[in-house]
Amino acid sequence: MGDLTIMGGQAAERQKRRFTRKHLRYYGVVLAFLSPWLIGFLTFYLYPTLASLYFSFTHYDLLTSPRWVGLANYRFMFTDPQFWQSLRNTLWMVVFATPIQIAFAIGCALVLTRVKRGAGVFRTIFFVPTMVPAVAATLGFVFLLNPEGPIDRVLALLHVPQPLWFQQPFWAKPGLLLLGMWGIGNTMIIFLAALLDVPKELYEAADIEGAGPWQRFRNVTLPMISPVIFFALVTGVIYGFQYFTEGYVASGGDPNTLGSPQGSLLFYGIWLYQQGFQYFHMGYASAMAWVLFLIIMVTTLLLIRSSSRWVHYQGGFQ
Amino acid sequence: MRRRVLIAGIALAASTVAACTAGGGSSNSSPPPKSSHTPVTLTVWSFFTGRELKQFTHVVNGVKQAAPWITINSVGGKQPTDVLRAINSGTAPDVAIEPGPDDSAKYCATGAWIPLNPFIKQDHINLPAVSPAAGLRYTSYKGVQCSLPMLSDAYGLYYNTDMFKAAGITAPPRTFSELVADAKKLTKKNPDGSFKVVGFNPLQGFYESYAIDIGVYSGAQWYDSSGKSALASDPRWSELLQWQKSFVDWYGYNNLTRWLQSIGGPDSEWTASNAFESGKVAMALDGEWRGAFIASDQAKIHYATAPFPVANNVAANYGAGQIGGTIIGVPKGNAHPADAWQVVKYLALGTQPLERLANLLNNVPTTFASLKDPTLSSNPKFAPFLKIFANPHSGYKQITPLGTADADLFSSFVDKYLAGNVSNLQAGLQSVANQIDKQSQLG
Repeated sequence: MGDLTIMGGQAAERQKRRFTRKHLRYYGVVLAFLSPWLIGFLTFYLYPTLASLYFSFTHYDLLTSPRWVGLANYRFMFTDPQFWQSLRNTLWMVVFATPIQIAFAIGCALVLTRVKRGAGVFRTIFFVPTMVPAVAATLGFVFLLNPEGPIDRVLALLHVPQPLWFQQPFWAKPGLLLLGMWGIGNTMIIFLAALLDVPKELYEAADIEGAGPWQRFRNVTLPMISPVIFFALVTGVIYGFQYFTEGYVASGGDPNTLGSPQGSLLFYGIWLYQQGFQYFHMGYASAMAWVLFLIIMVTTLLLIRSSSRWVHYQGGFQ
Repeated sequence: MRRRVLIAGIALAASTVAACTAGGGSSNSSPPPKSSHTPVTLTVWSFFTGRELKQFTHVVNGVKQAAPWITINSVGGKQPTDVLRAINSGTAPDVAIEPGPDDSAKYCATGAWIPLNPFIKQDHINLPAVSPAAGLRYTSYKGVQCSLPMLSDAYGLYYNTDMFKAAGITAPPRTFSELVADAKKLTKKNPDGSFKVVGFNPLQGFYESYAIDIGVYSGAQWYDSSGKSALASDPRWSELLQWQKSFVDWYGYNNLTRWLQSIGGPDSEWTASNAFESGKVAMALDGEWRGAFIASDQAKIHYATAPFPVANNVAANYGAGQIGGTIIGVPKGNAHPADAWQVVKYLALGTQPLERLANLLNNVPTTFASLKDPTLSSNPKFAPFLKIFANPHSGYKQITPLGTADADLFSSFVDKYLAGNVSNLQAGLQSVANQIDKQSQLG
């Protein structure tokens, strides 16, 4: 009996080992298949993220070892006028440019739904600007909005005052807003698809109820495309907070003139870039990056929370 | 248990991050290592590209005459950020050359470029007797000479002699007052009221006019003796800005801005439609290189050069000017510092290489001996720049580990002030000074 018990115990042990080996082999294979992503994730995402968090609490100039300074970089932000100016400029883009661009995209999409002949051509015309690289598009607008450029010449012919656009603080951000509206093709295409997806029966029902064009738009179209508006708003807000390339190019693209005219195009990303890669204040730049991350995270969460009040999903899906 | 694991994880991450960053620098005051004279190949990084890189490589290969055991691997197109990244990752070249002096204080203060003082002492070089003081100021920081000037820019006044003659002006202006008076005489308008010729454009964004606000022409100092920003405490800054604003106001800020855009904007500086080359401005503040541009663009103007005017209350400083240019040094972690020093010495202190480079690249050579180069000094349009570099009052702004951050903050403020968007100049200057002082604590 005793021998049998011992033999049974050895068999169980062997089985356990086999089981463990099998599992190890199984997980090894899983890890091997996952490794390309896993190595990329650890090297290019997790490590830089942890590194930037650590650097944000240090004095780090790339030339000497990081020196722990606690919350000094975060405290400095509150006293840094350029930080606040860059935040104000960025908020302007988020608060004004994002909604205006979404409204413009909806407007363009609405017009395109009415086009009977050559719809494909018009859709292409509206979409093509999104294929132009941001730098080239911005340079094009800098030329168009030059005080001696074609737009100001037309304004002169019409005896309308001609702004100095990218040379005047008041007009610099509206100039970029126009650029953003020109390149709205991506969002417009999504809205167009959403508009074409609205069931015709709903419009017919609204007509029967005697609804006018505004009421049809307000009570049928808008609720039906609200999930797409929500998507465009969230992505637009995130893009707005990270606004960089167009502001960089429009302010001259020269490290010494970044943010010009008179700081009106000093966006958060540009000040962060200057601090990190021009002045090599990597600690402060990392702290700014984390604050931006928190701002975006909180704003996105607020938008998601508010969505239950104004976003309508067909079939109640949320 | 979980907490311990978390703390251990954070500690591990922090130590990993710290381990992957550059080590601390240290000033080296011990006797420098001596070269073993065994054959060695040294990598020299410079920002030169294309034709200039070929010319530079040809000159630097000449080091073989002085140190036959050294072979040069000349790599061009390397910007300051490349050098900094290489130092950070321990892959720095043996010798590094940067186009401007803005990083030199940072390199000297952190030991990222090794101090050259021991080598200079070992070779019994009396540096002040070899190079003008102005060049040595922007290559050293707090007594540490971690780089040397290797060619420089010097800024002066370019003036259109035909326009001067037509306006009855017989000599270039020497003071700010004379500059304003001449500019007003030389300014011409079209029938529609736009500018046909601008006498002198004092706007900061116009080509090299930013140099007016560097302080050299008014004697204003960037920092006081305690190292604090002197923008508010040195009254010459407010005087300079008030003078500049009144000059801008005479033209009208918007008028000058519109005019600048009409001629192609700030980027037209590097094209044949440059306002001075195309006769749209009568006087311009520019570097010694402009002469080569005028020649290659075949501009149809007659011109002469002179030192840029100075503020009325420092009229005795006339002849001085903004200078600053290429720096050369030895990054830390170098396996052959003594051999690298031979290359630095050859390029920065050797008369013949400096003369050859200056002639090839149209820059100002940076030693007293090379400033006497017969070709350069016999050119009446280039000779004033040689004198400007040698002038003891010439200089670059005081350098600090902040690099260009102080100048950028000030420049942004000057923009606002000249546009009329600063109500209280002194309070504004104080604010900028505070920002600069705070930035210097930042990392």
